[in-house]
Amino acid sequence: MSSHNDGSDNFSSTRRRLLKGLAALPAAPLLSSTALFSSSAFAQAPATSAVNTTGLAVTDTEVTVGILHSVTGTMAISETGSVQAEKLAIEQINAMGGVLGRKIKFIQEDGASDWPTFAEKAKKLLVNDKVAAVMGCWTSASRKAVLPVFEQYNGMLYYPTFYEGLEQSKNVIYTGQEATQQILAGLDWVNKTKGAKSFYLIGSDYIWPRTSMKIARKHIEAHLGGKVAGEEYFPLGHTQFNSVINKIKLTKPDVIYCAVVGGSNVAFYKQLKAAGIDLSKQTLLTISVTEDEIDGIGGDNIAGAYSCMKYFQSLDNPNNKDFVAAFKKMWGEKTVIGDVTQAAYLGPWLWKMTVEKAGSFDVDKIAEASPGIEFTKAPEGYVKIHPNHHLWSKTRVGQAQLDGQFKVVFETPDLIEPDPFPKGYQ
Amino acid sequence: MTTSAPTSGRTFFLRPQDMIGIAILAILLVVVLPLTLDNFRLQFVGKYLTYAFVALGLVLCWGYAGILSLGQGVFFGLGGYCMAMFLKLEASSVENTKIQTTPGIPDFMDWNQITELPLMWQPFNNLGLTIVAVILVPALFAFIVGFAMFKRRVGGVYFAIITQALAAILTILIVGQQGYTGGINGITDLRTLHGWDIRTDAAKTILYFVCVGLLIACILLAYYVKSSKLGRILVAMRDKEDRVRFSGYDVASFKVFVFCLAASLSAIGGAMFTLQVGFMSPSFVGIVPSIEMVIYTAVGGRLSILGAIYGTLLVNWAKTSFSESFPELWLFGLGGLFIAVVLIFPNGLAGLWQTYVAPRLGPLFGGSAKRAAAPAVAE
Repeated sequence: MSSHNDGSDNFSSTRRRLLKGLAALPAAPLLSSTALFSSSAFAQAPATSAVNTTGLAVTDTEVTVGILHSVTGTMAISETGSVQAEKLAIEQINAMGGVLGRKIKFIQEDGASDWPTFAEKAKKLLVNDKVAAVMGCWTSASRKAVLPVFEQYNGMLYYPTFYEGLEQSKNVIYTGQEATQQILAGLDWVNKTKGAKSFYLIGSDYIWPRTSMKIARKHIEAHLGGKVAGEEYFPLGHTQFNSVINKIKLTKPDVIYCAVVGGSNVAFYKQLKAAGIDLSKQTLLTISVTEDEIDGIGGDNIAGAYSCMKYFQSLDNPNNKDFVAAFKKMWGEKTVIGDVTQAAYLGPWLWKMTVEKAGSFDVDKIAEASPGIEFTKAPEGYVKIHPNHHLWSKTRVGQAQLDGQFKVVFETPDLIEPDPFPKGYQ
Repeated sequence: MTTSAPTSGRTFFLRPQDMIGIAILAILLVVVLPLTLDNFRLQFVGKYLTYAFVALGLVLCWGYAGILSLGQGVFFGLGGYCMAMFLKLEASSVENTKIQTTPGIPDFMDWNQITELPLMWQPFNNLGLTIVAVILVPALFAFIVGFAMFKRRVGGVYFAIITQALAAILTILIVGQQGYTGGINGITDLRTLHGWDIRTDAAKTILYFVCVGLLIACILLAYYVKSSKLGRILVAMRDKEDRVRFSGYDVASFKVFVFCLAASLSAIGGAMFTLQVGFMSPSFVGIVPSIEMVIYTAVGGRLSILGAIYGTLLVNWAKTSFSESFPELWLFGLGGLFIAVVLIFPNGLAGLWQTYVAPRLGPLFGGSAKRAAAPAVAE
């Protein structure tokens, strides 16, 4: 993974590919190739003074955005996919002529898996670099650390991770799912198709799993008429799951409902397998395993388990086929694309469309123009920004396969409304 | 390992070269940096300076008394958390939290189904009690740890390992008890101090000067301790503990005292950090930040009070600027810097100053002056 990571190398290759892309582009209806290369293209672009009234880093030819993820430290393995997706989206947008006639230039900062560093870098991007928007953050802790900074300095953050909800800010667009979107449809599905009534809840010990399990428990008890056979949390990085696996064997729940994150996943699924729990017979539904995690867990350790996400790499639609092909072309054949990577890819696109709708880079105008923005070319299908700054999206259930991919077994017929402060679930 | 022998018959605790050193540092922090840096960079310096309190404590504790603590983050964190609890309660007024199930308590408690403010949090409704807690809670904790260890004559590497374990334990405790501590997110979104908005640029500038003032006061305190009889006993203890013990001194009590002092200094830094940065999280408590703080001291020179301040500024400035310029390679650059420092000048910046610069500057900057070259902090 790290081989794709060298800053300078990938910068020049980006540029090279950009030129190649331009050469192939004249067929694109939006802009003629001459317009792209001659400065006359920018004469048609609206004047900088009109589209930027708040002193952002916007020139007649360029607009600067920030990318703020961890490329070092424990979160690097998860966040690298998001960085790659954001760079891909920026490159594609630039190849189409940019935003309001301006090429997107990005400044990348490293959050170093350290929440205060995130806050420091966010401030640097907003105050010093005056970026028009920031694509970034992954963990809830890093988002919580930067949120006051974005609100104080009036920045715009596109946050890609599925998360616990309980938050809504003028200065953030949440491109991942909030908890109820991800959880409720999956529980309904497992209740209906597997007749599941008893659930064993297991999670890592921090805000996202705890909030998710709180919502899951309410739903199971109040709406599904089921019961919770057990609920346990383990510290981040925990690797000894034998005691809980023994309890699972004793209580024999219909479903193991799981929100164990990061490196703990590897230990958890290996120990489940070693303990003789066959995931083709014991239903396991997770909300924390994407293709990225399977890379570490190993397909043969988790095959048969169900995962509830809004996106899987194997989704069969033309948007996704193009996206996967472009992603692999840019970052290598072996890369896998998980839910968050796709959500990160949406960020720059949604921002571009919002800027064009607002006719301005000003953060206030973007915040106002965001509700109702539709993205029909999203790899996950069609998405739309809700007035609460979250996305309408479908929820899907995939079954893990030996090759590390998911087979989609269920998809909600309609888009699910985001509800970060769910009534009756708090 | 030589130390500056105090000149006989001296009545004042500062030598002339110390006064010049402190004056130069004060001018740098109060005049030069505020005039040359924009507000944004100055706030960074303010943040770095909060670590300087820890480094100062380490000079006394490690440099002079020979007690290496790899757990100073614990005290930095305790101080920071005390302050954060006060600010969080102020930010969690019923008015601000009316969307919660239980309004009037911090948001993370509400998320964890806690419906009433825990007893542990009650004293932090009061600023006076909070300030007392910032200094006393870490000191009390250090006293318990120090008393238990030093009375049993646990020292050296074993002590360092135990302090490191404490840092790990406290991190796990804070992360695990998220209903009471905010868990891994920490305590975030702090807004006002007695109605005064601490998030504005003007407030941050004022806090910067408060921080500088406190730091200078703590530096004077450190010089006072160093030049007092106590300071000389600490040095003697470090170099030949048994002789001090045979001379009739209760070695353990001196060690406990200096450990508590270092803890309180760290805690003041932690509280100032919370005020300036606006949040506190377990990532300042753990093993890694604790070791980083030792590195600041080592780079500056562990025998030099002022050196440690410059060391802290230099390392943090390097960390920020390397990571801005090379987001994917900066850790290697920083690692290289540390290796270079240890290989080329093991006594840190202060050693470099004493060996090469001070002798050329005449008696006023005397060869024994513990000062360091001012690093290029300005851009």
